[in-house]
Amino acid sequence: MSDLKTPLLDELEKGAWPSFVKDLKTMADKKPMVKDLLRQLEKSYTDKRGYWKHGGLVGVMGYGGGVIGRYSALPDEFPGVSHFHTVRVNQPSGWFYTADALNELLDIWDEHGSGLLNMHGSTGDLVFLGTVTDELEPTFRALTAKDWDLGGSGSDLRTPSCCVGPARCQNACYDTLALTYDLTHKYQDELHRPMFNYKFKIKMSGCPNDCTAAIARSDLGIIGIWKDDIQVDQAAFAEYVDSGMDIQGAVVDKCPTKCISVEGKEIKIDNSDCVKCMHCINTLPKALKVGKERGAAIVLGAKAPIVEGALFGSVMVPFMKMDDFEELHDLIERIWEFWDEHGKNRERIGECVERVGLANFIEGIGLEPIPQMIKEPRDNPYIFYEEYYEEE
Amino acid sequence: MAGEISIEQIADEMYQLVAESAGQKKLKSTDLTKAMTSKYGDKVSKQDCKDAIKMLIDSGRCVYGYYGGSSIELPRVEGSANQ
Ligand code: HEM
Ligand code: HEM
Ligand code: SF4
Ligand code: SF4
Repeated sequence: MSDLKTPLLDELEKGAWPSFVKDLKTMADKKPMVKDLLRQLEKSYTDKRGYWKHGGLVGVMGYGGGVIGRYSALPDEFPGVSHFHTVRVNQPSGWFYTADALNELLDIWDEHGSGLLNMHGSTGDLVFLGTVTDELEPTFRALTAKDWDLGGSGSDLRTPSCCVGPARCQNACYDTLALTYDLTHKYQDELHRPMFNYKFKIKMSGCPNDCTAAIARSDLGIIGIWKDDIQVDQAAFAEYVDSGMDIQGAVVDKCPTKCISVEGKEIKIDNSDCVKCMHCINTLPKALKVGKERGAAIVLGAKAPIVEGALFGSVMVPFMKMDDFEELHDLIERIWEFWDEHGKNRERIGECVERVGLANFIEGIGLEPIPQMIKEPRDNPYIFYEEYYEEE
Repeated sequence: MAGEISIEQIADEMYQLVAESAGQKKLKSTDLTKAMTSKYGDKVSKQDCKDAIKMLIDSGRCVYGYYGGSSIELPRVEGSANQ
């Protein structure tokens, strides 16, 4: 690596944390691509500007998404990264892999690409970083031969993703993994053949802790919730009291709706006032558990600020049973139908709803307006006065 | 549910639209679908249009592009990707 001089990048190796620079250097002798990646990055640090160009037309036959085209703006100086496309690989639900499966993926990528990858990209996919156009079809063939598939990109359904849910978490109110698997298969066309105005992300969280951040990062968030009472184990609660924990300060005072009280070593929750923020359950996991009547709340329209400002999801359905997913499929298809009909190019569904108005949207997808259709938690309830006018 | 108008015919007409607008306007999947449904009304369904697009793409007559939104375009010319 004698010809590799990267004084600025070297600074990044000095901190306490693992450094991607160190990682890349271990690959630089094996892959000319990685060496030029480091060299180009060093130059962009020196010049304080990026040298990547977005590539318009790369992909694999039949699919309109899954590959992000990337070219160096300085191909003569850095021939190794003259092409440096990213391949999104659809992750297994909850990101569970066997060691064999991982080895399979790594072998494919060592053979066809830079050998560099992300576990995982923000959307959820496993991300293969850097290959040339001619290697895209062979990579795709190698992946599909082992039953892997590409994820979404472009104006399509992005790879659905979920929290680990019932596989590892006692808070799960429905099977997030099963739903992710179901949606990924049911909407193959929407995932691989862009037919939308813009991207559409679906994220599944098993409970209101919302570990996938669905409320902020997905066009459609499916967030587990319960309808009945928080389950209480009073003996376990008494143990928390005996341990000397500051129950008043850590739990009672922090309940946003002040619906918890403690008498002696007993906890009382006025569930009719509980807004299911999860705080008490997170703080006293041995004593408190989510209720038994479980399902999910459906929120719609979150996005990060790209074309317009950031949006949070609005509640569309406060509670939906998640036994089979048909009611949800039906809702998703009505939402897409409306978006097809009324959406503009590069307008996310949340922006479309803001433009046409929530009332029109709700009517358009055939939902009944209800007070739970809030814009943000405990803020701006939408109230529909039409019926009052009609009565007068 | 291809009734009076076959999927092949829809695909051919879509191809015409793509070819005519090449270099001027990028057409999206929804543009092609809307063009067909407004021309033929109930005689073509959205599913027919999806099937026609699939046929165009899988046969290689058209490809997906991505530049300010996903579009359906004529196959790439060698070297054009890097412009
Ligand atoms: C930069 C380095 C690392 C990061 C960012 C990281 C991050 C995390 C996070 C966010 C969790 C979940 C939080 C939690 O369980 O409370 C976790 C769990 C875990 N980490 Fe790490 N980790 C790192 C390095 C390591 C290393 C070096 C080891 C082992 C030698 C390790 C072993 C584990 C184990 C066993 C768990 C699961 C704990 C459980 O199931 O409760 N991690 N890590
Ligand atoms: C409010 C949000 C979150 C909560 C309450 C949470 C909680 C936890 C807990 C309790 C564990 C240990 C699991 C166990 O003992 O079985 C864990 C592990 C872990 N979490 Fe999170 N987490 C959250 C968000 C996230 C996010 C957003 C990510 C990644 C993008 C993440 C990545 C991980 C990883 C990698 C582990 C370790 C692997 C494992 O133990 O399975 N977590 N988390
Ligand atoms: S969202 Fe809820 S169910 Fe899912 S992992 Fe987080 S705490 Fe568990
Ligand atoms: S979940 Fe939140 S609102 Fe409900 S009782 Fe617990 S702390 Fe209070």
